[in-house]
Amino acid sequence: MDFELSTEQAMFREVVRRFVDEQIRPVAREWEHAGRYPAEIIEAMKDLGFFGITVPEAFGGMGADTVSMALLFEEISRGWMGIAGTIGSHSLSCRMIAEHGTTDQKDRWLPALATGQVRTGIALTEPDAGSDLQGIKTRAVRQGDHYLVHGTKTWITNARHAGMLPVLVKTDPEVVPAHRGMSVLLVEADTDGFSVGRDLGKLGYRGTESCEVFLDGCRVPAANLLGDEEGVGLKQVLSGLETGRVNVAARSVGIAQEALDQALAYAKGRQAFGRPIAEFQAIQLKLADMATEVQAARLLTYYAASRIDAGGRADREAGMAKLYASEAALRASLESMRIHGGYGYSTELDIERLYRDAPLMAIGEGTNDIQKLVIARSLLAED
Amino acid sequence: MNVVVCVKQIPDPADPGALDPDTKTLKRDTKLILDESDSYGVEMALQLVDAAGGGEVTLVSMAPNNEVGGIRTALAMGAAKAILVSDDALQGSDALGTAKVLAAAIGRAEGTDLVITGTESTDGYTGTVPQQVAELLGLPSITFANHIEIGDGKAAVHRQTEHGYDECEVPLPAVVSVTAGVVEPRYPSFKGIMAAKSKPVDELGIADLGIDAAQVGWAGAGQEIVEIEPEPEREAGEIVEDEGDAHERIVAFLDELKVL
Repeated sequence: MDFELSTEQAMFREVVRRFVDEQIRPVAREWEHAGRYPAEIIEAMKDLGFFGITVPEAFGGMGADTVSMALLFEEISRGWMGIAGTIGSHSLSCRMIAEHGTTDQKDRWLPALATGQVRTGIALTEPDAGSDLQGIKTRAVRQGDHYLVHGTKTWITNARHAGMLPVLVKTDPEVVPAHRGMSVLLVEADTDGFSVGRDLGKLGYRGTESCEVFLDGCRVPAANLLGDEEGVGLKQVLSGLETGRVNVAARSVGIAQEALDQALAYAKGRQAFGRPIAEFQAIQLKLADMATEVQAARLLTYYAASRIDAGGRADREAGMAKLYASEAALRASLESMRIHGGYGYSTELDIERLYRDAPLMAIGEGTNDIQKLVIARSLLAED
Repeated sequence: MNVVVCVKQIPDPADPGALDPDTKTLKRDTKLILDESDSYGVEMALQLVDAAGGGEVTLVSMAPNNEVGGIRTALAMGAAKAILVSDDALQGSDALGTAKVLAAAIGRAEGTDLVITGTESTDGYTGTVPQQVAELLGLPSITFANHIEIGDGKAAVHRQTEHGYDECEVPLPAVVSVTAGVVEPRYPSFKGIMAAKSKPVDELGIADLGIDAAQVGWAGAGQEIVEIEPEPEREAGEIVEDEGDAHERIVAFLDELKVL
């Protein structure tokens, strides 16, 4: 049993930490409040190769292990979780294309995705279908060498900046089970009939846009059918979700750790009744609970990541990590706010942002109720 | 263009080790990292080699316990290889003893066109090693460079002064010490980090360099550290309550510091 990061993983974490300290922390509060797009941070992350974290080296990416990926998302989220969003679904799609794309699709897209020259996300959710992906209504009809696509997607992160967007569609609405009629089309942003609607207002998760996407008689070349195979779209999408859950778990660990670090620093400095509030047991109990939960969340997350790296399925481990870490982030941000008192509630400090960012971790990438079903199913499937 | 960069590996300034009252030195039993003031030299060297269109950057370091924590960072930034001198006999070396070791190690690198160092280390601050290395190697040296350009067999250097810079030229090979800010050190890339794992680090003792133990370490030190004290704790600042004359009192305070 080895609980240590490898030398390389530890070095990579140091590099990301330095980047976050130098380029994200100094601007996060102001830009987040102003709703400003973090263009300079995105450019810096392109230079650092972060957009290629899940792209194999052969296509110019990092080809990083999943633990390193988790470290990247954790460290960025300590500085500003919204920034993690700009490479989150991008990385998920890169991995999906690397795993399921045809040789032509990989050659065509992965090198540009690895550098961030072309950015992407993933269009799954619809106004009437989130957790129930089999209930999507976006329809693609084959017409010669094209698909004609009609439908609406929503909550699509990075949509406005995506040069290409994988879209989950129904190519056969009749077949039973429904997932056999689902496919993924790689839709280029300049395709006629493709448009990005308004940016949706959000409690937190700012810095990256979440949009409605309209496919209105969109003509997509048949060559853009992921893997050149109809009826396997849901499988292709779900194959990346374990990594996606580790990604969200890692972001949660980042939020929770930051909430704890700031609570600790504040409790040591803030005086009440003639001494630092850290000397009061009421504060110590909170700090101990937070630190224990952060540690547990981190271990679950790294463990799930290392299971994915070891090969084989890790849906139970990834589900547990996502479930626990996101709830820990919610509690830590609230407890940190209590320790900070009025300052925690004010927009002068970062605690209120952690508090606004944390709930998405429990909702996105499969709600925590769905995670529980995933965990339970894997338990019950055992003899 | 082959450049040798001297790099020091030091205790993390964010978590510095304790002082050892017996030896009157800093304890170096924790993990060591690349001295930030040397990261500028590494970056400068990488850029010069890149601009020259060929050659490589070799690191030279002297550290206890075959420590490579800081060397790895510089290798991940892009240096090709390293020479590490580690020997129990080196404990207690003063600046000149250190310079003797570094000069001997630099001599092991072949075809060196330029030796780059920082101006002074972040933990020792003697600021005398670069000039001593140059003297021992019989090379010309320029200190406090904030700009280096390589020409035909020579380097054009801006030497930082209190009010600006001197324009200097030096024939190569030479030793040049660079200031912080000469160039912005890059972040090591993930690929660089993975590649660093397999880059060669030549680990040597003083016998390999033909250095006599009596010349270095405590035995060879020409200086004696008389006393060592931890840095005094920062005192609480003075709070100026504005009663209409705050600006005058602040100006008087700054005046007293002679910063106006």
